[in-house]
Amino acid sequence: MEKMKNNWKVVPPFHPEFDLERCDYESGCDICARECSFGEISRKPVKGKDGNVYYRPWANLTSCGACQRCVKMCPGDAIHITRSTMHTGHNYWTDEYVNSIWKQAGSEGGVLLVGNGSTGPQRRYFDHLLFDACQVTNPSIDPLREPMEIRTYLGRKPQVFGDGIEPQLKLDIPIMFGAMSFGALNLRVHEAEARATKRTGTFWNTGEGGFHKSLREYGENTIVQIASGRFGVSEDYLKSAAAVEIKVGQGAKPGIGGHLPGEKVSKAISETRMIPEGSDALSPAPHHDIYSIEDLRQLIYAIKEATEYRVPVSVKIAAVHNVAPIVSGIARAGADIIAIDGFRGGTGASPLQIRQNTGIPIELAIAAADQRLREEKIRNSVSLIASGGIQTSADVLKAICLGADAVYVATPVLIALGCGVCQRCFSGKCAYGITTNKPGLAERIDVDEATDALTNLLRAWAEEMEELMGSMGISTIEALRGNRDRLRGINLNDEELRILGVKHAGA
Amino acid sequence: MCGIVGIINADRSLIDGSFIREAIRIQRERGNGLGGGFAAYGVYPEHKDKYAFHIMYQGEGRHNAVIHDVEDYLESKTKIYQSQEIPVYPSDRIPKGPYFKRYFLKPIEEQIQPDQSEEDLIVEIVMHINTMNGAFVVSSGKNMGVFKGVGYPEDVADYFRIQDYKAHMWIAHNRFPTNTPGWWGGAHPFTILDKAVVHNGEITSYGTNLRWLEMYGYFCRLKTDTEVITYIYDKLTRKDGLSMNDACYVMAPSLWEEIDRENDGKKRALRQIYGQAVVNGPFGVVLTHYNGAIILNDRNKLRPVVCARKGNTYYASSEECSIRLLSPEVDEIWSPRGGEPVIVDLLPEEDSRGVA
Repeated sequence: MEKMKNNWKVVPPFHPEFDLERCDYESGCDICARECSFGEISRKPVKGKDGNVYYRPWANLTSCGACQRCVKMCPGDAIHITRSTMHTGHNYWTDEYVNSIWKQAGSEGGVLLVGNGSTGPQRRYFDHLLFDACQVTNPSIDPLREPMEIRTYLGRKPQVFGDGIEPQLKLDIPIMFGAMSFGALNLRVHEAEARATKRTGTFWNTGEGGFHKSLREYGENTIVQIASGRFGVSEDYLKSAAAVEIKVGQGAKPGIGGHLPGEKVSKAISETRMIPEGSDALSPAPHHDIYSIEDLRQLIYAIKEATEYRVPVSVKIAAVHNVAPIVSGIARAGADIIAIDGFRGGTGASPLQIRQNTGIPIELAIAAADQRLREEKIRNSVSLIASGGIQTSADVLKAICLGADAVYVATPVLIALGCGVCQRCFSGKCAYGITTNKPGLAERIDVDEATDALTNLLRAWAEEMEELMGSMGISTIEALRGNRDRLRGINLNDEELRILGVKHAGA
Repeated sequence: MCGIVGIINADRSLIDGSFIREAIRIQRERGNGLGGGFAAYGVYPEHKDKYAFHIMYQGEGRHNAVIHDVEDYLESKTKIYQSQEIPVYPSDRIPKGPYFKRYFLKPIEEQIQPDQSEEDLIVEIVMHINTMNGAFVVSSGKNMGVFKGVGYPEDVADYFRIQDYKAHMWIAHNRFPTNTPGWWGGAHPFTILDKAVVHNGEITSYGTNLRWLEMYGYFCRLKTDTEVITYIYDKLTRKDGLSMNDACYVMAPSLWEEIDRENDGKKRALRQIYGQAVVNGPFGVVLTHYNGAIILNDRNKLRPVVCARKGNTYYASSEECSIRLLSPEVDEIWSPRGGEPVIVDLLPEEDSRGVA
């Protein structure tokens, strides 16, 4: 494949442009080239007016993903990223489809990989749901003057008072950080997550990659995960956290396992995951001890036995077609919490076709699951977490109105640390130092500053939620849970309204 | 806005309906003529062991087909000892209304399912009739009844001539509907079994409360938010066995901060378990049952309620003027704090004087 090799050349859809009037290359500045971890920017010698040779920045047109790192770091604000025009503008054979085929034909074939969540054109239902507000007949509540409560307890609750109550997770803000493993992220990010959730009274989730020894002091705010690879799982691990989550699936890649390439398995990761340094960490698609619901039940109770019934057990699944009966089965299998992850949920790496084509929106999934649990009169026996595609504090409240007890957010965590959503988390080259363990890159995260940023995000969203609740005349979040009467749909058809359980605007 | 009044004779002495009529009449400003109603306890002493069903039939008076459907259904589940039209007295102010009948009945023993109590069956019957087109159960308790309709409360009182009834406890409501239509079934009080509620306010937690109640077989068909309070109250006290005080706590709990400070495990568990039964939004209510009453405000105290006592008689009202009208000199008068219930227990039946 020599003669035709240029036929398959994929020009990246973006490239940086340099304003040399503003650029300070003549004084030797090379920040952009150093900051670009993807190898897009190099330096090219040019002869100056004074006859000396200077090195100006140069776009290689090979690997720009518009992560904006160079733009943000340039002291002279001399860079902007531009979209490369490339194809004909055919509105069916768009760049994305043409590039995908070139990549597969010209490389060694294989599955295309991407990071982050689905980019598909499907409807974002959150945008089609609108809140109610108080007018005249009912005073709205000013959260600055009146108490406003968003505290939430997750866990199984009895139907009737008097039988005692099983262990609960107390969330001062009903927003938790979703599972992202050590390996996918580096230890600095995990530490920032742990510290920010401790400060704000909520929880973060280790993902499947173990719980590093240095962070065990944050166990009270930590949910540890057991996934199909069982990496890092020990009795000690299970007992180190406030809750244990069995990960069956995730929204970005339902039905698919995970893969941490051996080159990412450093000494610290190898110790935490309990695998040899440099070996691939493969999480199979199914748990090899869960082939049906009764197997899940056994695992749930094995964990409860191991943790002496002191912590709630959560089960995380991807939102798929049959989500409602699956959730009912999991509740009956003994789970205390069920996390449902919508198809917009992010990931470090997913096969492109799975990410774009599998699973359903979280709005519909959570509404259907909540309704089913109520029809079966077992809503009290389990808490529901919605995740996958939550972008704002308003989305959090809408998910709660539809029936969630709390939410997980993960992509917003990355964005809060600087991430520009360039979808290359699997590359290990993250220019912000978030999804990489490479020395030199990981150090770009300052744990103190990252902790502050995550704390700010949680507090800002909490404040916005209180503001929205006040406008609806709601002073405590329990009064909003499953309260679809506070929502109206706009531009939704009858079937969508039926599943969401909301009336159309005007009705 | 709405107005509420309660007159509670703790010694079970009987008074006729003219007093409550006057007490609610002078709160005319709080209503707009689109709803008034009364609940009266002790009105059917001759049938005190039977459930008194007041049923409202919409449509073509006594020839309405749904009447037969309802009566066939009632006969399949209960033994009806007596049934009669509820007498009404149309006037210029209320020229006509739906057709009202009352039935004194007891469930047929064999119809009570093994997992049901007698009262569960009564609740099931009420819920079923409310789904039948054009029929609504206005009240279903023993030795009590509700009289309500569209109009100013004093006109509704005259329509039913409530002065002809004698009761040991009366509650009244003057409606100014804002979120649902003014119709006969939507007037207060709302009831289930012997429990009744009159409410001033708007319940923002309605959607949450309604879906929680549906899990336990309570269905809201009367298009008014207040309905949920009646059912929550019944579910918590009768089904789950909570005390009146705990039931009130569930509906208007203290702040988590206070629970933490007191480190009160019971209060924490009640809030955790019954979060979906919390009543949010502004409210002032009088809840009654055969042997007592509860007066409760939302915890932010966004609606007025004044309580008073004169001897063995307790009063609750949206406006002090109603109380002063009936009893210019009272022994005590106070405005209850938000979220803190006032609970009145009647003296046991055998101890009370029961004088007419």
